[in-house]
Amino acid sequence: MSEIIEMFSYGFMQRALIIGVLISVVAALLGVSLVLRKNSMIGDGLSHTAFGAFAVATVMGFAPIWFAMPVVILASFVVLRLSKNKKGNGDTAVALLSASSLAIGTMAISVSKGVNIDINSYLFGSILAVDWFDVWLSAGLAAVVILTYVFLHHRIFAITFDEEFAQAIGVKTKFYDALFAVICSIVVVLGMRLLGALLISSLIIFPTLSAMCFSKSFKSVVVYAAVISVMAFVFGLIISYLLSTPTGATVVIVNLVILVFLKVMKKAPLLWG
Amino acid sequence: MERVLLAKNLSLAYGKNVVISGATFEIFDGDFVCVVGANGSGKSTLIRALLGLSKPAAGKILYGDEMLKTSIGYLPQETKVEQDFPATVFEIVLSGALGRFGKRLFYRAEDKAKAEECLKELGILKLKGRGFGELSGGQKQKALLARALMATSKLLVLDEPSNNLDFKSRKEFYGILKELKKGGLSIIMITHDLDADDLIGNKVLAIKDGKVTLENVDDYLRSFK
Repeated sequence: MSEIIEMFSYGFMQRALIIGVLISVVAALLGVSLVLRKNSMIGDGLSHTAFGAFAVATVMGFAPIWFAMPVVILASFVVLRLSKNKKGNGDTAVALLSASSLAIGTMAISVSKGVNIDINSYLFGSILAVDWFDVWLSAGLAAVVILTYVFLHHRIFAITFDEEFAQAIGVKTKFYDALFAVICSIVVVLGMRLLGALLISSLIIFPTLSAMCFSKSFKSVVVYAAVISVMAFVFGLIISYLLSTPTGATVVIVNLVILVFLKVMKKAPLLWG
Repeated sequence: MERVLLAKNLSLAYGKNVVISGATFEIFDGDFVCVVGANGSGKSTLIRALLGLSKPAAGKILYGDEMLKTSIGYLPQETKVEQDFPATVFEIVLSGALGRFGKRLFYRAEDKAKAEECLKELGILKLKGRGFGELSGGQKQKALLARALMATSKLLVLDEPSNNLDFKSRKEFYGILKELKKGGLSIIMITHDLDADDLIGNKVLAIKDGKVTLENVDDYLRSFK
């Protein structure tokens, strides 16, 4: 217990905890809609784009977060638009975006001279990479997203369940698509530095899948996904500190363990007859 | 009789192909119109235009005096959701009220009472708390019909609603539609083939080679003899 108290006496751990909890809540809320609309790989594609943008910005001497944010938002609009294409090439677009962004980022780092970039911290995250500005930015984002879900919950449900019907009764589906794209981009850019480009999308996907193991209603999946996401992050952060393991990977493994446990519990009555 | 819908010189295109041209027809209070036509004739394109989901290439669609485009009850051909989609029947049915929301953010008590009424009318009130994925094909269609009824008191638009139903469920579903018509609701329904058993309405809107004709069922069937 004393180790946990000591752990949170450090400023960088306090920042990591606050940002992690806020990003976990937002990613889980967003994840419910993305996963259920079969758009969950968008988070993955955007995180790779963010990696490329961060690398290019660092090499060029720009502020990474302010360079990456518009680039990722633009990419999210392109991907969402392509995913709506009836020819069904959304997955291809995400794959192309991921590979191209990784290549551009890696190339930018490799050809740069005199710039010290820790590629591992971009790919796998670092709790040392976040500052108090990120904390305030995350708090603002979390407030906007939570209020959006509280007030627009019914419309988000209608779009997620049956977009065509929602559009027919006057729900502005294009507005919500744009909203999801912007929120997803901000979550990815803010969360990437903590969890890494390769792992941030897990925060979007795992909690929803876990909550779906035991929830029948949309409303309860939204609430439980947020609770599971926060729990997994806090446990992951503590475990990573105690065992000196990478934070991003530890959080993902905790999420994986929760999902496997819940899946087994769900099947247990069948397994045990 | 009150006019619910008027299509005037309507031309519709799917991509660059014009599938319907110069269609003019009227739907009145209590009409039950079956939309028939071969595959690719433009039945679904017409329905999408009536719902405001796509814009006509030419012409216009006018709705009745007390009707908004967003107050049409729509039952799509199929829902694309996975079996494990987390949604209760009540959540789904309630979402039909969103067309009347305006700037409102939450459901009112009367929305919830109306949703229960719709479920009761279709005999599925006991399924209110069940997950959508737990329902049979017939029960799912009834739940989605309840959602459509939640959205309208004037006009129901159904896109091949009996496609995935077995014979018994289809008969039961058609029986419900006939009762709704008796209650004064206007219905436009695409049927999946030209079988006379499926022409349960009083009018047939036939689409052939881009032309649309609206006639009584008996006249339409007589034209085949």
